[in-house]
Amino acid sequence: MELICPAGTPAALRAAVGAGADAVYCGFRDETNARNFPGLNFSHEELRSGIAHAHAHGVKVLVAINTFARAGALDLWRRAVDAAVGAGADALIVADVGVLDYAARRHPDQRLHVSVQAAAANPDAIDFYVKAFGVRRVVLPRVLSVAEIAAIVREVGCETEVFVFGGLCVMEEGRCSLSSYATGQSPNMNGVCSPASHVHYREQDGELISRLGAFTVNKFSAGEPAGYPTLCKGRFQTAHATGYLFEDPVSLDATAMLPALRKAGVTALKIEGRQRGRAYIERVVRNFRTRLAELDDGVPAPLDDLVALTEGQSTTAGAYRKSWR
Amino acid sequence: MPASGSSTSRVPRVFALAGQVLPLLPLQPMLGACIHGIQRRHPQIFDRLGCHATKRYGLDPTDLPFAFLLEPRRVNPTVTAVRSLPRQLDIRITGTLAAFIGLVDGSCDGDALFFSRDIQVEGDMEAAVALRNAIDEAGIDLVAESVAWLGPLAAVAGPILQSVIGAPPGQHRSDPISETGSWN
Repeated sequence: MELICPAGTPAALRAAVGAGADAVYCGFRDETNARNFPGLNFSHEELRSGIAHAHAHGVKVLVAINTFARAGALDLWRRAVDAAVGAGADALIVADVGVLDYAARRHPDQRLHVSVQAAAANPDAIDFYVKAFGVRRVVLPRVLSVAEIAAIVREVGCETEVFVFGGLCVMEEGRCSLSSYATGQSPNMNGVCSPASHVHYREQDGELISRLGAFTVNKFSAGEPAGYPTLCKGRFQTAHATGYLFEDPVSLDATAMLPALRKAGVTALKIEGRQRGRAYIERVVRNFRTRLAELDDGVPAPLDDLVALTEGQSTTAGAYRKSWR
Repeated sequence: MPASGSSTSRVPRVFALAGQVLPLLPLQPMLGACIHGIQRRHPQIFDRLGCHATKRYGLDPTDLPFAFLLEPRRVNPTVTAVRSLPRQLDIRITGTLAAFIGLVDGSCDGDALFFSRDIQVEGDMEAAVALRNAIDEAGIDLVAESVAWLGPLAAVAGPILQSVIGAPPGQHRSDPISETGSWN
């Protein structure tokens, strides 16, 4: 299985390459990708030199152009496609059917992957992308159990890629409007969930209070691990109790599921975290490279080795185990 | 649920006490040389900071009796040691000196330090995120930059300064929290 690793900056790309990535994914410094954070991402020149560095080490570079193009602003997404192809990207990761159509027509030889943002979660949806745009790989949404992934792999005419580590969405990938509701901006349209411009933290009597726009999202007691200030991971008061209604502030760690994912026929394993620092990328990538090597030798993988790097200092196997059904 | 902040290394108390009584003014030449060295060697920081280069950042090491006011302007950036941070700040970041060093040299992940409560961030979060990303990309060896002005003595002073600061916050937990007790 290939190891697909995040990079938010050229330094992170070099760290991922050095730590054993098979491919690195990254995006431009604008709203065409779903990690449009201040100070993050690549200029066109940085992408060209980053690709050259990766290729010199036998590593592929996949460019995420995975937000949904706005009417009246399509040129931004088309220019991103042209620039990525011109820079020598090994594949484009795309969600929007309009952008996919443009890429497939304009650059028929360019390898295309369907982004997780497209939420293609069944064989019919995936085969639509294969037949309509000639996509070669689909990144599966994080809503599927391993058995469901195995069933999809058997039926679809393209490769599959699944997330194995990092932040978890509320499982409405590409469709979530919680950030838009609170801030007017979303990962789908603007490339940023819970934008920093709308986030406020305040320390009060040892407690950390996080707010997003007009909403108090969470209150962490002294010493309690914190999480991102997203509504999906907010702690809410209800008539029954106070707690996490949608999702706990935890991170995905599918280390223990690697044998099952390989048996399911998955092509590639993806690490989330283009917004994270080089320290995270270097350590997570190296850890999974080691796990994959051990997998071939049949050595059991230790659990929670990376937990100190995770949101909420806690991990879950997420939908892969799907114990709530 | 304990965060890992409790295990964060801290500047030895003797140095912290010395900082309480010694004047801060002699620190300024070193800080000036440091920030201008960074400006020369890592100009891309200012591109990544963009409009946030005009912001005022308060850096408050919890194990030092003074703080730093960082104004990372593209032209004439400054960092000033102050006994207490001014009220007019855009962003205030609090943590041990080792955590700050780890953030700057890239050995620590900023989000992980925040999750573990090893650092606290208040104020303009866009500016904080931009600064974090800009310095993570640059990979600044802050200890080396701080002693570079000593010339040949830097090779001796660097390890000494590093030993005073201590190791960056550990990123290993010995008591992982399993997924139990959740509403999910």
